[in-house]
Amino acid sequence: MMNADTIKLEVFRYHPDGDGQPSFDTYDVPFSPDWVILDALNYVKDHIDGTLTFRWSCRMGVCGSCGMMVDGTPVLTCAAFCRKYAPGPVRIEPLANFPVIRDLVIDMDDFVEKLGRVKPWIIPEHEKPLSEGEYLQSPEQLADFKQYSMCINCLLCYSACPVYGIEPGFIGPAALALGQRYNLDSRDAGVDVRRDVLAADDGIWECTLVGECSEVCPKGVDPAGAIQRLKVSSTNHWWKSVLMPWAGKEK
Amino acid sequence: MSKPSKASNEPFWWALFGAGGVVSAMFLPVLVVLFGLAIPLGWVEAPDYQSMHALLSSPVTRFLLFGIISLCLFHWAHRFRFTLYDGLQLKHLESLIVVMTYGSAIVGAIIAGITMWTF
Amino acid sequence: MPARLKYTAHRPRRYVKGMPIFWWVRKWNYSRFILRELSSVAVAAYAVVLILLVRAVAAGPAEYHEFMEVFQSPGSIGLNIVALAFVLFHAVTWFNLAPKAMVIRVGKTVVPPLVIAGMNYAAWFSVSAVIAWILMGP
Repeated sequence: MMNADTIKLEVFRYHPDGDGQPSFDTYDVPFSPDWVILDALNYVKDHIDGTLTFRWSCRMGVCGSCGMMVDGTPVLTCAAFCRKYAPGPVRIEPLANFPVIRDLVIDMDDFVEKLGRVKPWIIPEHEKPLSEGEYLQSPEQLADFKQYSMCINCLLCYSACPVYGIEPGFIGPAALALGQRYNLDSRDAGVDVRRDVLAADDGIWECTLVGECSEVCPKGVDPAGAIQRLKVSSTNHWWKSVLMPWAGKEK
Repeated sequence: MSKPSKASNEPFWWALFGAGGVVSAMFLPVLVVLFGLAIPLGWVEAPDYQSMHALLSSPVTRFLLFGIISLCLFHWAHRFRFTLYDGLQLKHLESLIVVMTYGSAIVGAIIAGITMWTF
Repeated sequence: MPARLKYTAHRPRRYVKGMPIFWWVRKWNYSRFILRELSSVAVAAYAVVLILLVRAVAAGPAEYHEFMEVFQSPGSIGLNIVALAFVLFHAVTWFNLAPKAMVIRVGKTVVPPLVIAGMNYAAWFSVSAVIAWILMGP
């Protein structure tokens, strides 16, 4: 490596078999201009401290595995350049608002359970046999929901959301945005089925539009916008059902 | 485990909050500028009593004012309720907060209504 | 027969950090959010002021002039500067967020967010101009 600068990392350490208290270890890592924080962490694991535990996979911002708090902001460490934080010290911590299993690895069971609740799959009007052919979808119909389909389940939005931190029952930005993704898909007819989950008190109505979720999202999903649209559509539906209870079910 | 999820009745309050947000954003700034700063600081003439009385004699004006005032109060009630949940983590006092916020807004709306009706 | 193995379930100890009550002091984006929410207090305060104004006009010219005189005190001016800041902050954040709630597709094109926000600002300007004209006389 030519011209190696050094970055100082202060990394959160926690072992479940220890005394239950976390600590911080400091590492000095040489880096080159193209290095990201994930590279620095791998350097630590390879050359300094093999016990450091963290998740990563694609290292190109599409798998959602390497999310961590860097200086208090949730980022994908494969997309956070060392030169931006150098010389440090840079604080690396596990994603906020989740229980920590060990070091930088968090327990995401809560999110997975909530994601399942919103039924993130196509619920068609009726089961289409092959003989009826494929679903046709125009580019405009695709554009209606495409943005919300870009979610990589990286959980940065959950870490950024103070409401999720305060109310662990909150379904959360990504799950709600993914519910909206299917609601808006022209092949889907499940809006009414999802309503009892999305429009519940621990669904969209827990959200107060802080907006940090959309700020930190690395894929431009804009979950805050998805939730706002759900609030509008749910409100329209609620008032229609109250003022015109004889009206039939609509999408 | 937990009771089954049910669509909330929150849309009732949220609609009032939203309408109040629009109304307060559209109508209040100019009123604060005029009554709060421009008139007292002498930049513009205060409307004389005759004009104010004539303006408020119209039932349309009073009805609109009743709507604006009430919606502003419900906007505050809903927003303040959630500020107490988020900002001071008082969600455990939900019932009390709901009564205090929406209750005050209802009382304020009634007072506004009586004021306009008996002008 | 081998002795029966004693097995205790592994209960891993997760580390859970609570949310401090003043989480919103630590980051400017969060503080700005709380300030935006607190703007509703200024909104409610002015709603009350409007009720009092109408009651003063209903009571008679003397009460109306007394009411208007309260606005002239330095304390009132100070409070109104604060109120104006909050009410403007509310209006601007509200109109800027409007496009998030209203995504309208006309045929093949989506109405750009700037147009939605722009229409809100135009309405705000018009409403303000009309009110100013009514109150300050032609």
